[in-house]
Amino acid sequence: MSQKSRREFLKLAGLAGAGLVAAPAVALAGHPVAGANDEELGMLYDATKCVGCKACMSACKRVNGDYGSLSYEQAKFDPDKLWDAPQDLTGSTRTLIKLVKDTPKEWSYVKYSCMHCQKPSCVSVCPVAAMTKDKITGIVDYNKNTCIGCRYCQIACAFNIPKFQWEKAIPQIVKCDLCKNTNLKQKGISACAEVCPTGAIMFGKRKDLLAEAKKRLAEHPKQYVNHIYGEHELGGTNHLYLAALQFKKLGLPELKGEAPAEFSEKIQHTIYKGFIAPIALYSTLCFIAVRNMKKGNGHAEEQKKTDDGGINEPR
Amino acid sequence: MLKNRRKPMMGGSMSHDEYQIHKAKILTPAFWVLLTLTVIGFALIAVRFIWGIGAVSNLSDGYPWGIWITYDVATGTAIACGGYAVAILIYIRNKMHYHPLIRSAVLTSLFGYGLAGFSVMVDVGRPWNAYNFFVPSQWQANSAMFEVALCVMAYTTVLAIEFLPAVLTRLQETNWSRARSFLEKYHGRFGLDTPVVLEKLEKLGQRALWLQPRLDKVLIFVIVLGITLPTMHQSSLGSLLLIASTKLYPLWHTGFLPLLFLINCMFIGYSIAILESIISSYGFKRPFEIDQLSGLASITPYLTSIWLCVVVGDLVWRGQVANALRFDFYSAFFLLEFGLVATGSLLLFSKKRRQSPRWLFITAVLIVLGGALYRFNVYLIGFNPGQGWRYFPSLAELMITVGIVAFEILGYQVLVKLFPVLPRLHGHEVVEKV
Repeated sequence: MSQKSRREFLKLAGLAGAGLVAAPAVALAGHPVAGANDEELGMLYDATKCVGCKACMSACKRVNGDYGSLSYEQAKFDPDKLWDAPQDLTGSTRTLIKLVKDTPKEWSYVKYSCMHCQKPSCVSVCPVAAMTKDKITGIVDYNKNTCIGCRYCQIACAFNIPKFQWEKAIPQIVKCDLCKNTNLKQKGISACAEVCPTGAIMFGKRKDLLAEAKKRLAEHPKQYVNHIYGEHELGGTNHLYLAALQFKKLGLPELKGEAPAEFSEKIQHTIYKGFIAPIALYSTLCFIAVRNMKKGNGHAEEQKKTDDGGINEPR
Repeated sequence: MLKNRRKPMMGGSMSHDEYQIHKAKILTPAFWVLLTLTVIGFALIAVRFIWGIGAVSNLSDGYPWGIWITYDVATGTAIACGGYAVAILIYIRNKMHYHPLIRSAVLTSLFGYGLAGFSVMVDVGRPWNAYNFFVPSQWQANSAMFEVALCVMAYTTVLAIEFLPAVLTRLQETNWSRARSFLEKYHGRFGLDTPVVLEKLEKLGQRALWLQPRLDKVLIFVIVLGITLPTMHQSSLGSLLLIASTKLYPLWHTGFLPLLFLINCMFIGYSIAILESIISSYGFKRPFEIDQLSGLASITPYLTSIWLCVVVGDLVWRGQVANALRFDFYSAFFLLEFGLVATGSLLLFSKKRRQSPRWLFITAVLIVLGGALYRFNVYLIGFNPGQGWRYFPSLAELMITVGIVAFEILGYQVLVKLFPVLPRLHGHEVVEKV
């Protein structure tokens, strides 16, 4: 009897182990995010200074075209391919200027490109470390030579930034890398910030960008919405925004202060910490299965004996 | 009475007597239909590799995962959990009289997982870089997908080893009649010398005889690995969507995703084992295995009850009950998923229904549909990347999935006629043993 109850206990223990492997540490969620690293590189885009000339877009394609596998996008009205006319960030375009009209009198330009998060979701989820975050500059970079093209980064990114080349037989992910291997390497500044004629794009360390943004907000409070987009969003981004229109209207989603990767990694780490739970589960299950097997064979042999000598047994 | 006398064994050579080859024609009309669908699917896969994923699919940057990931991988592997669920029952809960069911369950699992892996290779953009999963410097332990990928690859291997005894038994017992007639027909062509080939085949049989007892000894450790791995990756399939906190509708985005996916795959697994058995009994004109099936069916309602409790408890805890009862698009799909699973389970609490093949079939269908819909809800229906994005699979995309599923059924049908997979019929057993 005691043996049986012990086996029952072990079975329960096995199931509980399985539960532990799966049960998330919900209680642990909500742990504060480690402070943002303001030494990292980023950009401050001031929508009130932007005149929509798109020099940044053309410079980006000129500089990164070959390295980043970018190409010109043709518009329907343009059979002669005179203009580059992307309608959205795509597998050919890393950065884009859009005009957003709220009312006929209220409008704003907005520039889209990678936000270079402090805790990027794409880096957290990439299974083969093709997305990486530079420890010093904080640049979120992509390596096509390790990427398997699973597009989990696209699922993960709250800003929908990584783009995939759907029309190509040999596709890759396309996103801004702050000209890490091109303009930044050669001139120490991203191509878009370098060519901007109105100073709408400021390139520099996050702390300087934040200080400048706060200064502008303080000096011209009526000109801006009183918010630096990217200061706290998803644990902070290195690409920051100032604008006169609500950021939601500019296509920048309203987001919480916690990085999604903090939440998911916490659960994943709790389950797989030191690989203890899987090993414990395996050993417990092995123990039970081997025990059951021995018992099963014993029973079977007994059964066989009865079978052999069981002539009297009525059939 | 027969049932009580027979106690299947594991490990010993006796256990291989539990199964038999299904003796029937291979080239049936169903075979040709399935083959046609398979060929269409694979032709479209060729198109995908030549002209890119965009040429065959409606996938977009907003919906980068479509029907291939949602059905073939996330749902397909759950449907392939029959082998996992039945193995837990037999080896962990020590219910040895289910042992005759395991081999067909393992075979369907092998197909399900193998083809899920194949679908992933169709779906990913740069499959030639997949070797990076084996390069330790590229390992990324934060990624649930890394865990899923390694586990699924390992589990497919484990399933293949678990299926190996069927192949080995066949190699020992066969007299190579098909091979003989083939060789006689084409004697001298293809540079094949009949005696030499036959001698080689005989040697293969001898090797199988040598390998079989050795494999039997260690098989239990492989089998237990085959229970551990799905526990890990089925929960991780839920973890995959944890990161999408801004895109997955709050009804489904919860820290309990891994737990819900794990329980979900178990009750789908038992239900699918019931379905497979009933369908193959019907299709192959064999008697129904009612006793074992009603036993399986008595487990599912407990698992689904736990699952439904976790779902409801989590919704209450996160304050999402109002969203669930809003009767809008998301709420409708949630209630449908919930209703299917709940109805199927409630019906199964009656012992009388568990004895009827019809009710077993109906309830299993309800539970599998509900469980699969849950996975669709998490991966596709409840996933909203923002304004302006829409997704519905294209015809070509669907036909690739259909082709892969057709290939799965085709392979199963052929292999049960070549290898001892299906449970031995009791009538035959008496004749042979006496």
